[in-house]
Amino acid sequence: MAGDPMEIDGFKQQQGQALCNPELLSLYYRRIFPFAEMYKWLSYGNDGKHPSCDSSFFGRREFSFTLENDIYLRYMSFRDASEFEATVCEKRPQKIDIGAVYSVDPAKRLAYASVSNDRVFAPVEKELVFDVDMTDYDDIRNCCSGADICLKCWPLMTIAIKVVDSTLREDFGFDHILWVYSGRRGVHCWVCDARARKLTNEQRASIADYFRVYKGNENNNRKVSLPTHLHPFLARTYSQFLSRYFDEEILIKQSLLHPQENADKVLKLVSGQGMSMQYMSSAYSELPVQLEEKKRNNRLLPDEINRQRWADLQRKLMQKRGIQVELVFTYTYPRLDLEVTKKMNHLLKAPFCIHPKTGRVCVPIDPEDCDNFDPTTVPTLPELFNDLNNGDARPVSKDWERTSLAKSIRFFKSSFLEPLLKECRCQLEASHHKKLQEMSARPNFTW
Amino acid sequence: MAFRSIGAGGRAEDGGEDSRGGGAGSGKLSFYEAAPDEEISLEDFEEYALDRLRVLKGIEEERSRGKKMEEMDPLVSDLWRKHMGSDSSKKDVISHFILRLAYCRTEDLRRWFLGIESVLFRHRFRCEMPAAQQKLMDDCNLPYKAMTSAEIEAVKENLESVARSTNQVSNSKMYYKVPFEDVPELVSGRKVYLRRGEAFVPREQLSFLVVGQFRSRLSKALVLTNRKWISFIAGEEKDRLAPMVEALSTRYLGPDYTQPKSSNEISLQDLDQLAKASFPLCMRSLFFQLRDDHHLRHGGRQQLGLFLKLEDALAFWRAEFSRKVGVEKFDKEYAYNVRHNYGKEGKRTDYTPYSCVKLIMSTPGVGDHHGCPYRHFSEDKLRASLGGLGLNSRQVSSALEKTRSQHYQLACAEVFEAVHGCSSDGINHPNQYFEQSRALLQQPKVKQMCSFSFNDTVEFFSQEEPASGGENNNNDANEEKTTLMIS
Repeated sequence: MAGDPMEIDGFKQQQGQALCNPELLSLYYRRIFPFAEMYKWLSYGNDGKHPSCDSSFFGRREFSFTLENDIYLRYMSFRDASEFEATVCEKRPQKIDIGAVYSVDPAKRLAYASVSNDRVFAPVEKELVFDVDMTDYDDIRNCCSGADICLKCWPLMTIAIKVVDSTLREDFGFDHILWVYSGRRGVHCWVCDARARKLTNEQRASIADYFRVYKGNENNNRKVSLPTHLHPFLARTYSQFLSRYFDEEILIKQSLLHPQENADKVLKLVSGQGMSMQYMSSAYSELPVQLEEKKRNNRLLPDEINRQRWADLQRKLMQKRGIQVELVFTYTYPRLDLEVTKKMNHLLKAPFCIHPKTGRVCVPIDPEDCDNFDPTTVPTLPELFNDLNNGDARPVSKDWERTSLAKSIRFFKSSFLEPLLKECRCQLEASHHKKLQEMSARPNFTW
Repeated sequence: MAFRSIGAGGRAEDGGEDSRGGGAGSGKLSFYEAAPDEEISLEDFEEYALDRLRVLKGIEEERSRGKKMEEMDPLVSDLWRKHMGSDSSKKDVISHFILRLAYCRTEDLRRWFLGIESVLFRHRFRCEMPAAQQKLMDDCNLPYKAMTSAEIEAVKENLESVARSTNQVSNSKMYYKVPFEDVPELVSGRKVYLRRGEAFVPREQLSFLVVGQFRSRLSKALVLTNRKWISFIAGEEKDRLAPMVEALSTRYLGPDYTQPKSSNEISLQDLDQLAKASFPLCMRSLFFQLRDDHHLRHGGRQQLGLFLKLEDALAFWRAEFSRKVGVEKFDKEYAYNVRHNYGKEGKRTDYTPYSCVKLIMSTPGVGDHHGCPYRHFSEDKLRASLGGLGLNSRQVSSALEKTRSQHYQLACAEVFEAVHGCSSDGINHPNQYFEQSRALLQQPKVKQMCSFSFNDTVEFFSQEEPASGGENNNNDANEEKTTLMIS
């Protein structure tokens, strides 16, 4: 169902260069945002006709909206997909957050407030989530800082995705993991297995702590603290990911050891452990013959300098391998916002939202292919608008299929949603079966 | 009094003979699955409960000092032995079930009780012999599978790696497969090897598993007990057990002032000096009221009498009262009470001196002088009394401010600080005030601790404007330093 060209043209003439504004958002929600898929996901199979389905399930999920002028609406809930869609289209939120599934409809929580001492309104289920934000890496980024990102520092996110994803699967046994670009400078992770959704706050905190290697607060920045002998998880992380990415990506893209001021930052970290700065930097005057030649001709590439110095540093640190390992961890290991993970009542931005500052869609990221993810080519709202307007004129069942977002939504459906729903159906079957067995085993009702 | 009908929160509803309940035959440590099938006296009922509560509160205090797990083990053993004795199976189970009644009633109480009983259980478990630990594990049917040697062999390197990373010796032959959700402490500290959601827990780390089980069972039991209590007990036992049980959770259990301390005996003559220097305001008012009036009503007599605990109490009381009522009347009507308080009549229990909480919550009527002055005195009267202690107007205002915001104990602590020149360790009990005061005044080298040396306090006090009242006389207190205490 193609949109009305006159209407779209009208919008186009008005908008100019805006990346995100209420009119564009309105269009996005009416034509593109995949409500049906989101509903299917968050229902976890309870939207079906199976006798085991809990039809109140979706309605007990908390959402929150951030509107223009920073108005924040909490404890929103919707009976079904159409109510969800209607409300979003009406309110055009700049941001939609997803919270927990509660014991009762969040919008009606006050009715249950003073029923008894025991809390009747309480979270019952929530995905296990993680949040990685590039600003947490500012002390080791040489290319950008703050809200900016580029392809030189993006590999830090790639590493985070790979480490966390593999650990969640191999160590914790989770399978249904959704990674989402946050729209500007980070990534979010949603673990949707039933087992994950039922975790208590204490268990979530223990998982968060399992990942923690930084001891430190705002005052003494981040200090990696590792025992001499590493836990298998850390050892595997180091050998499979950190060391490789450090050598091939971070060292070069961040130019960690060249020029001198960059190198000094690194040396400072290392020299605190009993190695003097002079000793460390004395290497820099010594280069192998062929490189000396190049240097004299001013043709020595920064990449070569970096590699040379790193090799030299590793030699010098050979006796103190622990320091080298800690160095690599400092420059590569994921920096998670652990508070996000620890509590069930934390709300996190929904996938497929638009980031108001960048206009980019919060698209899913394929963890198997995250090396090739490029945040600078993620579709923006104006581009999508353009796609709708000028794109493929063939009839499609859904408008988003016309846009550059099609790939992302298809990936969401096939790689994440379908396997997840298949498992949900099995689980509903199994629990139904079990209930039948229990009922038949019970003695008959006697008066 | 039989337990059967109320205690059982879990299985074994009617089976009091279940040995897991911790009757005479079973091992020392249990999961308290079954309520005891015993009859005990009402006195034992209270005593057992209080003793266990002392253990629990002692544990809480040690934990609040940040003690590590290994440091806590001997402390817990000591506390247990001290309050529960060495042959304590019966007392253990009974006291546990009594406290379940007391602590099931609100969520906060349940949370506290659950937490602290779990800590107690954990340390007792750690101190058990391996054989007893194994038996406990078997008894409670932990749903965890032991790993076969083939399975262990397959991940041997990883298991050793974990052990080395946490500085532990890994000579364990037995490992258990446990869902990671059940051992959050081990996951948190990366102290265990994980694979596809299963933690491979060595025997040495078993206490986490067992404690986790204990905790979840007790949690369910408490909720169940609460429901039963509400619907069934409150009616039937309303007048007999209910008041005692409900009072247990607010009962004061600080330093045990029921034990007479021979080193701190006070002689009659010294009492006046002592009262001026070291009594908290509540007792001081009562004391001087008694001195003035030669009479005190019942509430006041109880409060002051329990505070004093004199050997010569009888003589003291008699000396005071007889001035008003005559010796014969005193002997006839009051002596019995005094002797009763000191355990020389009737039940022969020494009553516990009242704590601050109790005083604050009491309701003195007209003509009474007991209770907590920071709560019960009018502001004018309080101002006058504090002036009488030698406080300057700034200190008086500060204390009054605390009372206005209902922080009565803080007000008392402020006064303590003003009088002694040194802050207290917090005031929860009049005897505590007294002891801290004595400790300070007896210190020869007070300079390191306080802002003034004791000798300086004389000048300090004499410089202040003496408020109304004639008791602004601490010079005597100086001299008593050497003449008073038998230490």
